[in-house]
Amino acid sequence: MSNTLTITLHVWRQKNAQDPGGFVEYSAKDISTEMSFLEMLDVVNENLIHKGEEPITFDHDCREGICGQCGLVINGRPHGPRERTTTCQLHMRSFRDGDDIVIEPFRAKAFPVIKDLMVDRSAFDRIISAGGFISVPTGCAPDGNAIPVPKENADLAMDAAACIGCAACVAACPNASAMLFMAAKISQLALLPQGQPERYTRVRDMLTQMDAEAFGTCTNHGECEAACPKSIKLENIARMNRDFIKASLTYRPDTGLGGGA
Amino acid sequence: MPASQPNALTAGNRAAPFLDSSVGRKVVMAATGTILFGFVTVHMLGNLQAYLGAQVMNHYAEFLRGLLHGGGIWISRAVLLAAVGLHGWAALSLTLANQAARPVSYRAQTYQASTWASRSMRWTGVTLGVFIVYHLLHLTTGQAHPHFIPGDVYRNFVTGFQVPAASVFYIVAQLCLGFHLWHGVWSLTQTFGLAHPRYDPLRRFFAYGIAVLVAGVNISFPIAVLTGIIH
Repeated sequence: MSNTLTITLHVWRQKNAQDPGGFVEYSAKDISTEMSFLEMLDVVNENLIHKGEEPITFDHDCREGICGQCGLVINGRPHGPRERTTTCQLHMRSFRDGDDIVIEPFRAKAFPVIKDLMVDRSAFDRIISAGGFISVPTGCAPDGNAIPVPKENADLAMDAAACIGCAACVAACPNASAMLFMAAKISQLALLPQGQPERYTRVRDMLTQMDAEAFGTCTNHGECEAACPKSIKLENIARMNRDFIKASLTYRPDTGLGGGA
Repeated sequence: MPASQPNALTAGNRAAPFLDSSVGRKVVMAATGTILFGFVTVHMLGNLQAYLGAQVMNHYAEFLRGLLHGGGIWISRAVLLAAVGLHGWAALSLTLANQAARPVSYRAQTYQASTWASRSMRWTGVTLGVFIVYHLLHLTTGQAHPHFIPGDVYRNFVTGFQVPAASVFYIVAQLCLGFHLWHGVWSLTQTFGLAHPRYDPLRRFFAYGIAVLVAGVNISFPIAVLTGIIH
């Protein structure tokens, strides 16, 4: 049995990064409660196209909750009212007939609006490029279990690796800080043997890039953890802080001499 | 911001100096916060001697002034002044970065995890800064005290709090201190990386306990004077 809703949307419309932007009100009728939030926006866009108006631009890709592309701030919460749920996995049954829904883009200086609700999150890619990887020689795939990994570490690393890079943590943070994303990407490597050789250069390099991207800084509100669709824990931020302090105390300046004779 | 291209050969050497990095300044915040949190706890315990009468309290004051032949008090003043200065500098520089990080604010932001204490840190902190200046002029140097008697700590304490306006400001400032510690003591452990699922409830409880204890005991002094319990 499917019910239908009539809702009022207050959607952020912005032509490009230079346009100041503003809210536009739309009425959405005959919205099935079985629709996902993005399908509801598809219906609204169909109607806009029929009327000859510009459809609402928003990011989306897999619509299965794993790609990290979708991301809207819905009534003041990144990905909307349900915990551990991406926008694409949010369904209209979470809303009631007659609701007013405010839809905004993820707001951060580091994420300039491209158009309407779509923001440029390539700052995250640059943070990863700065150190969120391991340098391995190519060759045959190593044998399974050739490198022993304690079960607990494997689990914690996998929990951190669940981060899909959607940036809800930045959107939810009162300071627009990227610390939870950073901490997940650092922890998934710091917990495993393969991540050890670059562990302490990685944390300093990635933090330097994060600061250069004009993200804010962490004040330990915990909003990121609450907004994260993948349940990344604040504990990861503590691990990153610990690694950063150790790295800052122990790094050796490059002498340019190289090793050996 | 344009990004520099990653280069494995320069890994770790492109990193910014400690104090330029956001986490570095947070560590300064946490380290100075630890000093200040330790101080307010000891200060609160020392104040409790007000309940033991004039002789005990004045004797304690003489003891503090005589530590290390009178040098101890100046060493602690220098450390505290440096801690307050660095704490304020770190707070200002991080706050400016945070405000610049979100130039367009949300029309609706619904908070899920943050508390009033965590969101008001900068305001409780600024209030405490103003309070510290007043507190020193009031009970240390005496310029802001109507009946200051140099050396008679207990008498200054009593006559100082007998002015209701002064007592009200002390109570407001101590409420600010309580809220500041409520978030700050937990927050500094997080900055130092002291997280573990086994101890996480404990560090929350520790922060709340310290906040309630320090603020509660300190607020009891002006109330005790105004109600005549201490006279």
